[in-house]
Amino acid sequence: MPAIHLDNLIKRYGETQVLHGIELEMADNEFTVLVGPSGCGKSTTLRMIAGLESVSDGEIWVDGEAVSHLEPKERDLAMVFQDYALYPHMNVAQNISFALRLQRRPKSEIDKKVREVADVVGLTEFLHRKPGALSGGQRQRVAMARALAKDSGIFLFDEPLSNLDAKLRGQMRAELALMSQRVEKNMIYVTHDQIEAMTLADRIVVMHGGYIQQQGSPEELFKRPVNKFVAGFLGSPPMNFLNGEIEERDGEVFILGEGFALSIEGAAAEKARAHNHKLVTLGIRPSDLRFDADAPAHKVLSLDVTVSEYIGAQSVLLCKCGTETVMVELASETPVALGQTLKFAVNANGVHLFDRETEKAL
Amino acid sequence: MADATLTSSPNARTARRRRTERLNRLTPYLFLGPAAVIMAIALLYPLGYMVWGSFRDWDPSQTIGEAEFVGLKNYITLWGDPNFRESLGVTLRFAFFVVTFEMVIGVGLALLLDRNIRGMSMLRTMFILPMMIAPVVVGLMWRYMYHPTVGTFNRTLESLGLPSVDWLGQHALMSVIIADIWQWTPFIFILALAALQSLPRSALEAARIDGATAWQQIWYIKLPLMMPVLIVTGLLRLIDAFKVLEVILVMTEGGPGLSTEILALRISRTATEFRELGVAAAMSNYLLLLLLALTLGMFAFTRWQEARAAKVRMAAEEDS
Ligand SMILES: Nc1ncnc2c1ncn2[C@@H]1O[C@H](COP(=O)(O)OP(=O)(O)OP(=O)(O)O)[C@@H](O)[C@H]1O
Ligand SMILES: [Mg+2]
Repeated sequence: MPAIHLDNLIKRYGETQVLHGIELEMADNEFTVLVGPSGCGKSTTLRMIAGLESVSDGEIWVDGEAVSHLEPKERDLAMVFQDYALYPHMNVAQNISFALRLQRRPKSEIDKKVREVADVVGLTEFLHRKPGALSGGQRQRVAMARALAKDSGIFLFDEPLSNLDAKLRGQMRAELALMSQRVEKNMIYVTHDQIEAMTLADRIVVMHGGYIQQQGSPEELFKRPVNKFVAGFLGSPPMNFLNGEIEERDGEVFILGEGFALSIEGAAAEKARAHNHKLVTLGIRPSDLRFDADAPAHKVLSLDVTVSEYIGAQSVLLCKCGTETVMVELASETPVALGQTLKFAVNANGVHLFDRETEKAL
Repeated sequence: MADATLTSSPNARTARRRRTERLNRLTPYLFLGPAAVIMAIALLYPLGYMVWGSFRDWDPSQTIGEAEFVGLKNYITLWGDPNFRESLGVTLRFAFFVVTFEMVIGVGLALLLDRNIRGMSMLRTMFILPMMIAPVVVGLMWRYMYHPTVGTFNRTLESLGLPSVDWLGQHALMSVIIADIWQWTPFIFILALAALQSLPRSALEAARIDGATAWQQIWYIKLPLMMPVLIVTGLLRLIDAFKVLEVILVMTEGGPGLSTEILALRISRTATEFRELGVAAAMSNYLLLLLLALTLGMFAFTRWQEARAAKVRMAAEEDS
């Protein structure tokens, strides 16, 4: 329910600083997803919000109240831990109901709640097992159920679905999406899964090395990444990067690089014209390349197809452009043969340009 | 190897596999063998000797063969002997009180000191010092401290204007219990601390988020998870408490009267002063049986608990 504001949050372990001023505003009922490579400080951020790690500097505000000195239990939150953190000596039902039992809720209410959430995560038949007798995925679902049973205003999820199989993961994801619409909660969710991040998030926060790189709606981040890191991190298969140089010929803007000379237009061309550095990195998503045998030579990338990966309706082609590898995603029925050199046109708005030195988007 | 397997007939292969399997099954026994032999000689032989001796009227000047066989007479006389019963009672009281207090204080201290504050490791080391002192020295030390006129305790009481206490006279049993608690609480403390520090940290964090207060964390999470270690520790202390000898020997020699004459002391006196080896052996066997019953009882209890939990689970899973 509450709005959360991380105000220049800093975390140090002794001499090493692992979070460098996290500035984040999470509105009421917002589903925020933290993504980033391993070790970038996602769990640390979450644990500081939970009150399990002390705040070295900065402040955490919840509904306008500074909470960084409060005990976890005074913060009205529920959390799913990355390593589940189940109570080994309690069975599943007792694990799920622990918080409710501490609150001395009536037994009938507790039983009802336990059955309800056990049903949501599909654990009804395991209620009397101890965690030791459950599989990894089942334990993870117990951790999930335990958090759901506790009706808190803030939910913190640290990779809660990482150990589930694809089907279950899909189900739980849908369940979470439904829940976030139905109930008024503020959810913060850490994941490595692109699809989870894209489908669940109202706002995605990309972190790297203890800094926030960019935050915004999934669409915003996908379409307008502010730097090369964000562009390469979101999207699967990842964006292709080719080093090149900006050059203007007869009023047209070209990106020249090893094995290609691509004429660009529209907004990207305007930005390239305005930019005073010539050395750039050209970024194109695999899905923004389309096979086009008839396009004029300066509008296409000519690529040597080396490998074709069939992934169902779509196939991913691994191609060579000079020495660089370029991935192309296209419909599986497109007739391509390995070893050919083919022409691929770039979709409108498919061109991303980054300064080669600062790696910032132009 | 792969070639051989491919070319040999299925029968030969099965035979070979059987042979390897049998060898595999035997391996542990081969390794256990030497230990078993040593145990039989070092443990079972003296034990058998003691049991054998307890059926005889045996004076230290005789060899066991010369002693007269008297059947269960030693056991029966002992059972009717009020002094033996008194001694047994003292032992039971002593063991009960020391183990109870040591467990409560030791575990309490461990819960209190299980945190990362500067200087804590120093403090922990200091806490386990008493355990490192030889029992005879502990006995001597406490005897002086308990001395009615020049002892530390009474001098302190006097300087505070309080009446002095007749430590090793009227309150002898209490005094030896206090000394034992002083010496052996550290044992419980370090084991409890080790158990605490190996608890899953994240489960405790989860409990904090679930809203457990410090007490509730101890009561619902820490103690249940430490229980297996605590049971074994308590059992070890109990067995030890039944056999304590030196400290009491030095402090009170079992007196005044029989008030601190625990079984181990009585056994040693029966053997050396009264020169009745057979009776002493019978007494030892009573003690042994008592300890055996305690240990087996404890194991049976945990087994029973596990079985009950399993049954509840089975029933519940059949229901759903
Ligand atoms: N107790 C600690 N002492 C020192 N450094 C630590 C400590 N805990 C975490 N770190 C460091 O802080 C950084 C962030 O860790 P964190 O667990 O937040 O990463 P993460 O983003 O959750 O990674 P993952 O995706 O692998 O879970 C890491 O580089 C880690 O080495
Ligand atoms: Mg993590």
